[in-house]
Amino acid sequence: MATVNNDIKTYKGFRAITLLCLLVLYAPLVIVTIYSFNASASITNWEGLSFRWYADVFTGPESDKFKVAAFNSFTIAIMAATASTTIATLAATAMVRGGKFKLRTVSFGLISLPLMVPEIVTAVATLIFFNSIGFTRGYLTILVAHIAFCIPFAYLPISARMQGIEDSFEQAAMDLYATKRQAFTKVLMPLMAPGIISGFLLAFIVSLDDFIITNFVKGAGVETLPTAIFGSVKQGIKPNIMAISTMLLSFSIVMVTISYFVSKSDNTK
Amino acid sequence: MSERMSNAIDVRNAVKRYGDFTALKRISLTIKDNEFFTLLGPSGCGKTTLLRMIAGFEDVTEGEILLYGDEIEKLPPHQRPVNTVFQNYALFPHMTILENVAFGLEMRGKSKSEARTRAGEMLELVQLSQFAARKPSQLSGGQQQRVALARALAPQPKVLLLDEPLSALDLKLRKAMQLELKHLQRETGITFIFVTHDQEEALTMSDRIAVMSAGEMQQLGSPTEIYEQPRNMFVADFIGETNLLEVSVDQVMNGRAVCHLGGGHALTCNSVEGINVGAKVHMSVRPERLFTTDVPVEGEALKGRVVENIFVGTDISTIVDLAEGPQFIVRTSNSERGNKRIFEPGSEIFVNMELGAGRLLVD
Repeated sequence: MATVNNDIKTYKGFRAITLLCLLVLYAPLVIVTIYSFNASASITNWEGLSFRWYADVFTGPESDKFKVAAFNSFTIAIMAATASTTIATLAATAMVRGGKFKLRTVSFGLISLPLMVPEIVTAVATLIFFNSIGFTRGYLTILVAHIAFCIPFAYLPISARMQGIEDSFEQAAMDLYATKRQAFTKVLMPLMAPGIISGFLLAFIVSLDDFIITNFVKGAGVETLPTAIFGSVKQGIKPNIMAISTMLLSFSIVMVTISYFVSKSDNTK
Repeated sequence: MSERMSNAIDVRNAVKRYGDFTALKRISLTIKDNEFFTLLGPSGCGKTTLLRMIAGFEDVTEGEILLYGDEIEKLPPHQRPVNTVFQNYALFPHMTILENVAFGLEMRGKSKSEARTRAGEMLELVQLSQFAARKPSQLSGGQQQRVALARALAPQPKVLLLDEPLSALDLKLRKAMQLELKHLQRETGITFIFVTHDQEEALTMSDRIAVMSAGEMQQLGSPTEIYEQPRNMFVADFIGETNLLEVSVDQVMNGRAVCHLGGGHALTCNSVEGINVGAKVHMSVRPERLFTTDVPVEGEALKGRVVENIFVGTDISTIVDLAEGPQFIVRTSNSERGNKRIFEPGSEIFVNMELGAGRLLVD
C-alpha cells in the first residue's frame, strides 16, 4: 500500500541543515570548553591538558577583579531574581485571577513589551532616567535596572502556569473552610510553585549574563562578570577567559536542567 | 424546633444579575431538613448559579438565603457550614487522597491526627481506604468522584451541594453512583442539594425536584408529581417523553375538561388551575399511557396511521400520524406484547388514551 511519508526526516537536505545549525550553535562552545583546558598560553595551539587557567582565574593577576565581579554578579542576580519573581507572581495573580478588568489586554502588553524592545534602547533609556533623577551610578543602579528588565522573563512561566490552574481549586479550598489567605498559601502557592521556580531561574540567568544594560548603568569601577570579561577581552583574549566562560556555561546548564525538571513535575494533572 | 428552623434552606426572592443579564428572576423555595433536593433544568437555566449562591461563590443581587434559620447570603464561603462536590471534583492535585479528605477538618481547627482519623473513616465509607496514600491523578474518574464526596462530607456540613457530579462518568458508573449517593444521603442524614440537567437522574434520586428554566422556577414537586402532573408546557416537554395536542377548551368542571381538536374531535382530560373555557391550550399525554387498536375502544379514540415501529430494548415505540393532529408516539412495554398488538407500518389504526391520561397545560 502506498502511503505518503510526511516524516520530516525524509525531506531533502534535512540532515545537512540540522547538522549545520548544530555546528554553528555549538562548535564555538565546544572549542572554548576544550581550549580552557589548554596548557599553552596561546589560544590556538594545543599543548596538552592542564587546569592552569582555572587556577589562574582564582589566583592569577586578574583574579581580584574577577572575584569582585563574580560577587557583584551573583548578589545582583539573586536579589534581582527574587524581587522580579515576587512582582511577577503578584502581577500574574492579578492578571489571571483578577477577572475581566479594564485595560487587561493593555496591562499584558505593558508587562511583556520589554521583551520586544531592543535592549540598547532600554539601556539608553534607563541611563537617561537615572541621570535625570540624579541617581549616582553604581551597584544599586545595576540592581534596580536588573529587577526591572527581569520582570517579564519571570512573568511568562508564572502566568502560563497559573492559567493551567482552574479557579475551582481555590473555591474548593474556601468551601472547605480555608480563608482567602489559607487558600492561597495551602493550595494556590504549591500549585504555582513550579512556575515560580522556573520564573526565578530564568530571571536569575538573564540577570547573570546581561551585558548591554549593565554596561550603561554601572558606575566607574563597579563591574559584573560580563563587563569584567569584556574589559579583559579588549586587551586580547587569554585562556583564563575561556576558563571563566566554561564555568559560567556549566553553571547555566545546571540551572536550565533544574528548571526543566521543575517544570516537568506538573502536579496539576 | 420551630417550623422555620426545620427548613435546611430558605431562598427568599433571590435575584442574580450580571450587568444587564438576569440569571435568576426572583426565586423563592424551601428545602427541608434531610431532603434529597434536585435543581433540574437545561444549561443556562440558573440552577448552578443558585447552587453557587448557596455555597457563597456568587453574591446575591437581591433577596435572602437562610440556612436553618440563619441568614447566610453575606457570609464568605469559608464561614458557611455547607460543602460542595464540584463538577470537575477539584481535588487538590498536590495532596494525597487522605490529605484531601482531611483538609476541611484541619481548616476547621481539628488537630492533624484527629482530622486524619476522621478522614480515614470517610474513605472507608466510600470504600477507598486502600488508596489513602495515592495522589488524585492515580485514581479513575469514579474513584475521584467518591473522594470528592468523602472530602465534602468529612466536615459534616449541614447541607451538601452537588454540582452535576455525575456528568463526567459513563452510563454504567453513573447509575451505580446514583444509588450510592442516595444511600449516602440516607446514611448521613445530611440534606443534599443536587444540580443536574439529566431528568432521569433527577427522577431516580430526588425526594423533591425544582424544575428551572430561563432563571425561573417552573414547578416544584415530588418526582411523581413532576412526571404525572406537569404544570406547564416546559415541564411536560423537558421531563420524559410526551405527546402534545393543541385543543380548544369547551367546558371545565371538577378538575376535568372537555375540549375539541381543530377538526372538532372531542376529548376529555384533566384540567389544571388557570385554564378557562374558550382557551386554546395544549394537552399532554405520556406515550406509555396510550395503546393502539384496529377498532376504537372508546368514543374519543384518535384515528391514525402507523409510520414506524422502533425497538428500544424494554419497549417498542410506535410512531403514528394522526388524522387530526401531529405525530404521536405510543409506547408498548415488551412485557405487554401478549395482550397489546403491534401494527405494521401503514396500518390504519386508532390511538386510545387510558382514563385520565390526558392533561391540559398552561403555556
